Amino acid sequence: MQLVFILEQILNGLLAGSAYLLIALGLSLIFSLGGIVNLAHGAFYAIGAYLAVEIGNRLGFVPAFILSPILVGLLGILVERFLFRRFYRADPILSLLVTFGLAMVIEQILRIIWGAAPIPFAIPSYLSGLLFAGGLIYPYYRLAILGVTVLAVLGLWLLLNKTAFGRIVRAGVQNPDMVGALGISLAPVMATVVAIGLGLAALAGAALAPIRGVHPAMGSEVITAAFVIVVIGGLGSFWGVVLAAVIVGIVRGLTVQFFPPAEQASMYLLMFLILLLRPRGLLGERFERLEA
Amino acid sequence: MHGQRGTMDRRTLLEGAAGVGAALATGLGMPAVLRAQSDALRVGHLTPLTGFLGPLGEYAVMGVTLAVEEINAEGGVLGRRIELISEDSVNPSTASTKAQRLFERDGAACIIGEISSASGLAIAEVAGRNRKLFFNTGCNSDALRGASCNRYMFHVEGANSMYVKACGQALLRDGMVEGKKWFSFTADYAFGHDLFKVADRFVQQHGGKFIANELVPTDATDFSAYILKVRQAQPDLVVSNLAGNQITNFIKQYKEYQQPFPIAGFGFDTAVAWGAGPEAMQGVWPCLWYHTIDTPSSKKFTEAFTQRWKKPPENQAWGDYNAMKIVAHAMEETGKTDSDSLVEHLEKGAKFDVMKGREGYFRAWDHQLMMEMYTMTPKQKGEMTDPWDLMVIGEAVPAAGEDLEVIAPSKEENACTFA
Repeated sequence: MQLVFILEQILNGLLAGSAYLLIALGLSLIFSLGGIVNLAHGAFYAIGAYLAVEIGNRLGFVPAFILSPILVGLLGILVERFLFRRFYRADPILSLLVTFGLAMVIEQILRIIWGAAPIPFAIPSYLSGLLFAGGLIYPYYRLAILGVTVLAVLGLWLLLNKTAFGRIVRAGVQNPDMVGALGISLAPVMATVVAIGLGLAALAGAALAPIRGVHPAMGSEVITAAFVIVVIGGLGSFWGVVLAAVIVGIVRGLTVQFFPPAEQASMYLLMFLILLLRPRGLLGERFERLEA
Repeated sequence: MHGQRGTMDRRTLLEGAAGVGAALATGLGMPAVLRAQSDALRVGHLTPLTGFLGPLGEYAVMGVTLAVEEINAEGGVLGRRIELISEDSVNPSTASTKAQRLFERDGAACIIGEISSASGLAIAEVAGRNRKLFFNTGCNSDALRGASCNRYMFHVEGANSMYVKACGQALLRDGMVEGKKWFSFTADYAFGHDLFKVADRFVQQHGGKFIANELVPTDATDFSAYILKVRQAQPDLVVSNLAGNQITNFIKQYKEYQQPFPIAGFGFDTAVAWGAGPEAMQGVWPCLWYHTIDTPSSKKFTEAFTQRWKKPPENQAWGDYNAMKIVAHAMEETGKTDSDSLVEHLEKGAKFDVMKGREGYFRAWDHQLMMEMYTMTPKQKGEMTDPWDLMVIGEAVPAAGEDLEVIAPSKEENACTFA
């Protein structure tokens, strides 16, 4: 009997982990290429959720789900052009401070426009309901989120590995100076990377808005978990982040099963253990520019 | 900012007075004292504006601000304008530091506010040391009225016992208690632990029992793993002893997982229900006050609030608004602003219109406001007149004719001795 419960929690952890994945991937990408620790990443997740609610109330759920990430992606281009671009070569502490401030500014703007109290947003009726599979249950909505996440991950992987654009990004992650010496400018690439990264965060916000409270501080609720996943997965590693998201989801689920008060702590303990054994994270690569 | 400017004002004032005194060479300090008294009366307001209770704190600020504006428009208190100094209390240690600063540097006559029971305790300790009043408008923990009670702390917010017994009446009526298995989700901090203790006492007294109590971290956002445990346990009733944003997340995801077990809650604020929305809202919940309560003062408040803030008041706004009005009223009645005189006055059982069927009063031995409570259930979506018209409010508890004290914690349950 107990074994079934554990299996149930593991499978549910997969679903829960996929929610973090969309946020963590963008975070990892911006950090790997631009060297910017984007503490405001969660704030863009929140903007995505709010835009989804506003668009959803007017045009319906599907347009909200599509338009919200696109709008936030466009916003990302502006953020890159006027803010991030100044800090690629600067001391990381500066971008840390700037994005921390940006996160607070965005949270306050959301609070001023929509108020501090959560605003409602429902799962569309055609996506509500449960899938029963051998005594286990899965809400259709979470399966839909899982489907969208898988598509986004595949799409991003194809973009990074099968296109000329992706080759520049990967080369830039490894050695930006060499890319520059070859006469390739990383600046226009960065605008696209930031747009994609923030767009993915907004996609997560739109996807989670119907099942989580939509409130101004929702970004700070997810940002720490996303960072932990990036660190566990290993800097610059695409599949490392995917693997870490799944593991964190499962570990948290199992902790809830056996000792719920430690749900948050379990994630940090996991990070601690993995960093002890593998300081570069699960699949982290070696970076010349990050070696002391 | 307020405080800094205030210090300047006072210093300028005192220097001016000293100058006058020196010039007249009479050494009379009196004019300075008189002028200081006609100064604005400072009232401190601390409440969480960030974190999982932030949504409620915003309503608290709107409520107390409206009260101060109304009082000042009518000429202030004892001829003095009220100057409100409102800040984010953040967490217990920050709340304690800010409370100290409000009393010592800003010379606040009293502090109103707070929602977190942990921060409330921290503020009460500072208030007790400074022998200044603290009006608790949002901390529910029974322990604050019992083991941690304090002569300078008054509770406008209902105690956990009042919430449990109010909602418990509805559950008893529906046959959901005797012989039933309850499954609890409890917010993992002072408030939640206290609430579970009170709820556990209630269910045992009436022949039911808790088969599980899940302690949920305050920043938990994904309840799926918890809901799977409910399904494993197959209870008769799922009880929410959660707080703030936790409740919104829980209600939305419980709806998503479509479990057949009914839910009820012992801690509640309407803002979290509004956040869950009519599609997800379900269950029986206790309620301190709701804007559809049909009394003249309740209607008047709802109207003024809606006009000022473009949305109807929430129960947290009710708490901070009433606390401010009670303070002002007590000062007018006694003609004094010092905390000791006010404590004495309030302990004598002064009555207040608290926008409910019956007037409220503070119980002398634990300073809890005795008042009616309510239960509420979701309205059918088609019957709602606006997004805030989400809940149907039940009969007042205790019923008319019953003593208001029957839902409050008894001396045996929650002994309090003022040091």
